Amino acid sequence: MKLITAVIKPFKLDEVKEALKASGASGITVDEVRGFGRQGGHTETYRGAEYKIDFVPKIRLSIVIDDDRVDDVVATIVAAAATGKIGDGKIWVTDVERVVRIRTGDEGFDAI
Amino acid sequence: MNSGDTAWVLISTALILFMTPGLAFFYAGMVRSKNVLGMLMQNYFAMGLISVLWAMLGFTIAFGGTGPIIGDLEFAGLSNVASLDGAIPGMAFVGFQMMFAVITPALITGATADRLKFSAYAVLIGVWSIVVYAPIARWVFNPNGWIFETGALDFAGGAAIHINAGVAALAVVLVIGNRKGYGSEPMPPHNLPLTMLGTGILWFGWIGFNAGSALAADGVAAQAMVNTHLAAAAGMLGWLLVERIKTGHATTLGAASGAVAGLVAITPCAGFVGGVAPMIIGALAGVICVFALAIKARMNWDDSLDVIAVHLVGGVVGTLLLGLFADSAINGDSDGLLFGGGLELLKDQFVAAVSVAAFSFAATYLIATAIQRTMGLRVSAEDELLGLDQSQHAESAYTS
Repeated sequence: MKLITAVIKPFKLDEVKEALKASGASGITVDEVRGFGRQGGHTETYRGAEYKIDFVPKIRLSIVIDDDRVDDVVATIVAAAATGKIGDGKIWVTDVERVVRIRTGDEGFDAI
Repeated sequence: MNSGDTAWVLISTALILFMTPGLAFFYAGMVRSKNVLGMLMQNYFAMGLISVLWAMLGFTIAFGGTGPIIGDLEFAGLSNVASLDGAIPGMAFVGFQMMFAVITPALITGATADRLKFSAYAVLIGVWSIVVYAPIARWVFNPNGWIFETGALDFAGGAAIHINAGVAALAVVLVIGNRKGYGSEPMPPHNLPLTMLGTGILWFGWIGFNAGSALAADGVAAQAMVNTHLAAAAGMLGWLLVERIKTGHATTLGAASGAVAGLVAITPCAGFVGGVAPMIIGALAGVICVFALAIKARMNWDDSLDVIAVHLVGGVVGTLLLGLFADSAINGDSDGLLFGGGLELLKDQFVAAVSVAAFSFAATYLIATAIQRTMGLRVSAEDELLGLDQSQHAESAYTS
């Protein structure tokens, strides 16, 4: 099983979520994060004091999925989240050792 | 007893009281979220402590007896207040003045944001209200007071409240020093919507602050009301214009600050000027105060929320402009320079401003130093990092 982590632009969340549901993904977890890669920040001014804001608000999606579905889900996210402009985000895939469904105690594939 | 006058003074008292919560939110929105309760607490606490001190001792120091410097105990514990009954009951006057006494030390909290120990702050404002505010209120507002006797005019407290609190804020900042990270770490406002809400409440309440100072429901009060509102409006426009030109953006914080600057400046003038004067005074304050923001950077004073630029400078601007724009046709016996009165009033205004500033600065510096050296006025470095909310009050503002 794999963990797909995707950092995307916040306004793309709805589109990505709908695309994932349509493709059969059974669940995702979302957090609000801040970050930067190549996307620059911006400057804000409060009473003459300038603040360089480096971090840009993003949304991070976490999806645990079985190995066969990984490529499909990654492609779905890329298609839905891309705008073509700097700051679209990144996706990375890591291994998951064990998954448990809390309600039933099911493990592995039955827990996803 | 005039029921119209009395009703207006009673209502104004409530309006002015509301300004302290307004100030609390004005400031609270501008600090970092870990200190928001600390800022609110300092302001709300003033409503508790200063009210009681005023009733016990402050009022009599300001308005008891006939001396020019300090009063006697004639009205201590609010006794004998009925002897002040006139067009309005003495007690209405007590309540009205109480709200001024409450908000004045609260103004200091903007400059000292994020770093005062709460217990020490309580001692600071308690002592200050008796030793600094009450005497200055007497000098300026009491007809027996020596500054009043010079002929200087201060309709609602440009000197007694704003110059006073402004220099007091500077004095405390010099004693406690700058915030950790000031100048290197970004500390932008955490919740400007709160600040805007506070601004609205201040603007609203200021009508009571200024027009209520007519102590009558009459034409002077009406003039003061309109002057107050126009000065706020012009102050906002003046600030925004300068801001737009200087930085490229008109900001909500700028709009709020400009309005407050205009309100501060019109405070001494409110019942003494008319025509277009309130708009000129407000606009000048809006413009001058933007430029005054640069003072603290140049001097490396961490006046966190610009109390000096807005209240001290705004108060001085208004107090001195009154020497130009006072019009005896509106109220009173004095005319400013532009109304045929010559330089006499302007000179008196200048002396009043300097006297209030000098005494307030010296006395506040001494009080703050004494507290710093005994119980400590500033929080420890760890507490400052943790934030006032948790360290001083064991609370979090935003728990989810």
